[in-house]
Amino acid sequence: MKASAFAYHDPKTVQELNSLLGSLDNVRILAGGQSLMPMLNMRYAFPDHVIDINHIAGLAEVVMTPQGLRIGAMTRQRIVREHPLVLEHAPVLAEALHWVGHVQTRARGTIGGSLCHLDPAAEQPCIAALYDAVLHVSGPRGPRDVAMRDWVMSYMTPNLEPDEALLGLTLPVWSAQGQTIGHGFHEFARRHGDYAIVAAAALVSLDAGGVVRRASIALAGVDVKPVRLAVAEQALVGHVLDQALIGTVSAMAATIEMMEDAHITPAYRGRLAQTMTKRALSDALNRATGGRNV
Amino acid sequence: MSELDHAQTTRHISVTVNGTVYERDVLTRTHLGDFLRQELGLTGTHLGCEHGVCGACTIILDGQPIRSCLMLAVQANGATIRTIEGLAQADGTLHPVQEAFWDKHGLQCGFCTPGMVTTLAAVLEADPTLDETAIREAISGNICRCTGYETIVDAALQAASRMRGDH
Repeated sequence: MKASAFAYHDPKTVQELNSLLGSLDNVRILAGGQSLMPMLNMRYAFPDHVIDINHIAGLAEVVMTPQGLRIGAMTRQRIVREHPLVLEHAPVLAEALHWVGHVQTRARGTIGGSLCHLDPAAEQPCIAALYDAVLHVSGPRGPRDVAMRDWVMSYMTPNLEPDEALLGLTLPVWSAQGQTIGHGFHEFARRHGDYAIVAAAALVSLDAGGVVRRASIALAGVDVKPVRLAVAEQALVGHVLDQALIGTVSAMAATIEMMEDAHITPAYRGRLAQTMTKRALSDALNRATGGRNV
Repeated sequence: MSELDHAQTTRHISVTVNGTVYERDVLTRTHLGDFLRQELGLTGTHLGCEHGVCGACTIILDGQPIRSCLMLAVQANGATIRTIEGLAQADGTLHPVQEAFWDKHGLQCGFCTPGMVTTLAAVLEADPTLDETAIREAISGNICRCTGYETIVDAALQAASRMRGDH
């Protein structure tokens, strides 16, 4: 036993959760535990109160709504990865989850936990950025929605007040009459299951002539939060997607400002960003065209 | 913190481990791996890193392989757990994964073995058709510093074959 002493709470409803969050100080919320438990074991985190949200009903549902695919915060990564609605409407999320941790951590780890932990290189926030996800927050002052672009306040810091909790997110998934959608996700890490050094996710919607009508590209591991390549997206729209265009657009990924750490130089991150973007876009092209442009 | 409510730091839990129901009062901050080893005396589950990296503490919780160091014991209330001690049958007949580790020398020092065997037992019971790539992926969260993994993968492939009924 290594965690420092804390009071344990296991609310059964969101109302109970809100009232605990409104009355307690120095709280950590325990979801899947795959990030918080190591921090507790090593005493990087020493909360006075741990609120276990595993017993709250309705936080692990995956449903289609008029706004998009809504995924409860407590949905385990294993479940998300295999869920028929995810595979049908947001297959890039299932593909990204292939790179998340290992079979043992995906069995417990949750999508909401990843979006609150906010490792800069994490895959799930990258997919949330790719879709411009909406995050559903609850607290003593009532519910509120936060756009993904406003979610990351700074390094590993979500847009949550100390008395608020993430209940779920909605991915406004893509569909368009007469268009086909393709996706791709690639990352590079030293060992499989580690956080990426750089990851790239891509979505394209092509019309019958192969012209890009809509595009989204998101990178993880290049900054403290997932980065959307808006300039590259604009450069795709209105043009026939082919390998030459992918090459031009991928080069733009290398030109953004990259973070630096003791192990990875910005120049290397830039090269990875370019290569991962190229691979993600190539997969997206192949999938949107049914492999005709392999 | 100064004052902690006893009811918030200690809970009564009931867990089924390897077919036996255990009822215990646990400190809520105790992780499941420590609970299995220290409270139940089931020291077959090994604790390596205790921060979710090494995989030695893997157990099977309600059918899924999980890291027992990354879960509080109180969270296992009502759960059904299998540990390495529960894989062989009562008469001593080894689980196909254990037997294959024996046949193929899938261990040297043995420290990672409980985690390797529980992980492989869980994934192969769910799907014995896994190929070598899928098996390597399945044990990618289990670190072994002795074998170089080759004999472990050989053992897993033999176990998968036996569990499919091939001979």
